[in-house]
Amino acid sequence: MKPAPFEYAAPDTIDEAIHVISQNDPDEVKILAGGQSLMPLLNMRLARPQLLLDLSRVRELAYIRELDAGVAIGAMTTKRDLEESPLIRERHPLFHAATRLIGHPQIRNRGTVGGSFAQADPAAEYPAVALALDIEIVAQGAGGTRRIAADDFFITYLTTALEPGEILTEIRVPELPAGTGWSFQELARRHGDFALVGATVTLRLEAGRCSDPRIVVFGVVDRATRFAEAEALVAGQPAEPATFERAAAQVAESIEDPLSDVHGSGEYRRDLARVLTQRALVEAAGRAN
Amino acid sequence: MGAAKQIRVKVNDVDHDAVIDPRTSLADFLRGELGLTGTHVGCEHGVCGVCNVLVDGRSVRSCLMLAVQADGRDVRTVEGLADGEKLHPIQEAFMEEYGLQCGFCTPGFMMSICELLERNPDPSDEEIMEVIGGSICRCTGYDSILRSVRTAAAKLGGARA
Repeated sequence: MKPAPFEYAAPDTIDEAIHVISQNDPDEVKILAGGQSLMPLLNMRLARPQLLLDLSRVRELAYIRELDAGVAIGAMTTKRDLEESPLIRERHPLFHAATRLIGHPQIRNRGTVGGSFAQADPAAEYPAVALALDIEIVAQGAGGTRRIAADDFFITYLTTALEPGEILTEIRVPELPAGTGWSFQELARRHGDFALVGATVTLRLEAGRCSDPRIVVFGVVDRATRFAEAEALVAGQPAEPATFERAAAQVAESIEDPLSDVHGSGEYRRDLARVLTQRALVEAAGRAN
Repeated sequence: MGAAKQIRVKVNDVDHDAVIDPRTSLADFLRGELGLTGTHVGCEHGVCGVCNVLVDGRSVRSCLMLAVQADGRDVRTVEGLADGEKLHPIQEAFMEEYGLQCGFCTPGFMMSICELLERNPDPSDEEIMEVIGGSICRCTGYDSILRSVRTAAAKLGGARA
């Protein structure tokens, strides 16, 4: 028996789940979504909750619903369901591409979108996509429902704006304007591993010049980060290699205190951020029209 | 321990009722309670893939799923592949193509491949590699496993001739 003892509850509805939390000390409750990150933490006893609240039987939280200009995804929707959804593949290609890079099929069969957002791993794909696409996060608690912008949601390592007792119930993904180019780049030592570093870019082209660029890099600091100064070097400029090189160099320069560990030094990650940003800009420009 | 939970889970077409500590992993339940030791445990944090089993037809890491979460579900393990003495075509293919050496990782590979071929009878090499990349094998170098999957697909009648 690897985890420390815990009480276990598996409610059928979101209201019931919120009620269960309100009957306990919210700081002592851990919410189990797909378990692909939490179960290892429990097995290693890095997490020792008194109560494990399993959402896997809350069917009302598993859905992919088309909106006027986007898609609403229930928190308990698995990555496998997202990866296989024609709506996601055709209308949200950046989200689709990022989903395909998360773990392995066996992990995506269990891992959920809500779990990844709430886990907020600095090297995870979804937080970066959330910043690039302005995804909104919906949270529900005893006090009601609120929507949180991606910019305000991811705070630092494994820390989000969710309050104790709140449950992430949905994410709302806006559709990219027609003609927007996009790219998602990452480098991992083995396919399916967390990325060492990744970069995602969206931009549009108007008469050969770039407009509305978004540059997000992840895996280099405590959370996925947008690089406004680099974006400013791209906006209004010709879509050509010199523009992209300057912006990528600016990204590398702006990174303070890059993560450094056994998998890669800080300086290696900084250089990787430059290389992947440049590749992402080139690919996004190639896809824009 | 937390309050014990009563579960009923179907494993390889047989219903089992059990009362378990909620922190029991599905892998430990299969091995310890049911004696189905064909499902191996390796890293026990979701990386190596030796514990892959099918739950409602989907391959999952049984070390990252609680047994209590399998309540009411349909679980299939490597013991459920063969029909009596007759090996499953995936097992035959692994024998013929030398898809294993030490065999420790093999049950996890086979269950993932079982899901793949049930959903996609004629997978491309890229699709096969995506699935077998979810298990770690330190003997074969994967080439013979790739061949095993192609051969299994042909035996099952799905593959292009």
